[in-house]
Amino acid sequence: MSDLLILGTRKGTLFLDRMASGWKARPLAHRGLSISYAARDPRDGTLWAAMDHAQWGPKLSRSTDGGQSWELLTNLTYPEGARFIEQHLPTPGSEDGDAPTTYKDAALLKVWIMAFGGSDQPGTIHAGTLPGGLFTSHDGGESWELNRPLWNHESRGGDLFAGDATHRNFWGGTPAAIGYGEFVPGIHSIVADPEDADHILVAVSSAGVIETRDGGKTWHGKNTGLLNDYLPPGTEWGHDPHFIVACEADPRRLWQQNHCGIFTTADGGENWQLVSDKGSEVHFGFPIAADHADPNTAWVVPAKADSERTSVDGTLYVGRTQDGGQTWETLREGLPQQDAYDIVYRHALDARGDRLCFGTTTGNVYVSEDRGESWTCVGSNFPPVHSVRFG
Amino acid sequence: MAHVRFTDHLTRFFPDLAEGHVPGETVRDVIDELERRHPAFASFVIDERGRLRRHVNVFVGQEPVGDREALTDPVGDQERMFVLQALSGG
Repeated sequence: MSDLLILGTRKGTLFLDRMASGWKARPLAHRGLSISYAARDPRDGTLWAAMDHAQWGPKLSRSTDGGQSWELLTNLTYPEGARFIEQHLPTPGSEDGDAPTTYKDAALLKVWIMAFGGSDQPGTIHAGTLPGGLFTSHDGGESWELNRPLWNHESRGGDLFAGDATHRNFWGGTPAAIGYGEFVPGIHSIVADPEDADHILVAVSSAGVIETRDGGKTWHGKNTGLLNDYLPPGTEWGHDPHFIVACEADPRRLWQQNHCGIFTTADGGENWQLVSDKGSEVHFGFPIAADHADPNTAWVVPAKADSERTSVDGTLYVGRTQDGGQTWETLREGLPQQDAYDIVYRHALDARGDRLCFGTTTGNVYVSEDRGESWTCVGSNFPPVHSVRFG
Repeated sequence: MAHVRFTDHLTRFFPDLAEGHVPGETVRDVIDELERRHPAFASFVIDERGRLRRHVNVFVGQEPVGDREALTDPVGDQERMFVLQALSGG
């Protein structure tokens, strides 16, 4: 278990420490700045915050002294020549295929997720971004490199550094990008295999899950079994994973909260299986957390799909399965059961041992010390919460 | 050469930033010189493709910069240049 919580919020980075009397918040770091994601590198204790400044652009901030001081990093940038095929939000009356293919030079819009390599990969850090690039650093963030094989993947149109598209683009834009004035894909999930540095899965909104087994040289879609409400069965791309996560003790067990339900796989993503029912209490939502030890246990925070995007019927509850998704229970003790309309973003739920925490866009943060059975509100006036991670 | 003024918000990140004369024939030249004087300054104003950030504006005299893609607008001798941000959000 961890006695430190790290929250990326609309107005800064918030640390909460587990004291004898309960969780206590430190003064807000990065005060006034929007933080899209914040986490602690478990290998060396470095704290990371992805700054998402509306005016001055996305930047990274890191602290090697536990948050006493922060260093600004402006080195995560797209290389010259990185382009993408422009997409436009569907509008009434518009038809696919009637517009000429146009290209746009890529620039970093947002760092959406960071993931740290295994203990045998000191200095290796991954970052998922808008407009859909995966970056990796092998020197603790001193330098970053765009993963070009993924950027140039044929599902995105091919190598646009070299020329015009050679394939059709199947990566859709994410609504999360609209606030940046773009309609581009975003990488929001990175599952770095702690036992195999060459094995990484990422999830893309809106495309699906894609995997490398050779350290990022080649990438293959991992979307078999995904079903959705807006594409024919068997479609390889166009899926909308909201978040994916692996069980630490059994990395072949993956969980996915998808726009169209909850999916799991016991074989590393070879075959996904839908394990939720539309119309039931546990189906739609954004975050998902896996138990570190038990591959059959996972938690979600359901939301009302998908036009409302609030909690379900004014009640806030957590869904938990302990049998690999065959059944789900709803856990409500300590959570508001009326007049609550909180939504929990995809990175705003975390589990560590028996402890869980989630934060909402309404600024409420809840902690469970007993695997979700009961919850305590540890703050109700925080800024809107973008991410929650145990330190 | 331009006489450059900045929004106060930038001094949070660049405490030594002060109004004054900065050499350069174009807006981009001036920003490059400011980057030399205040490392990382340019990344606050332009993206990595050299485009003016969406919610940043630069005025030369009374006119907003015309070329937001490459900032080729000329800066006359002794001209005043303003680096401003949009007010947004809550």
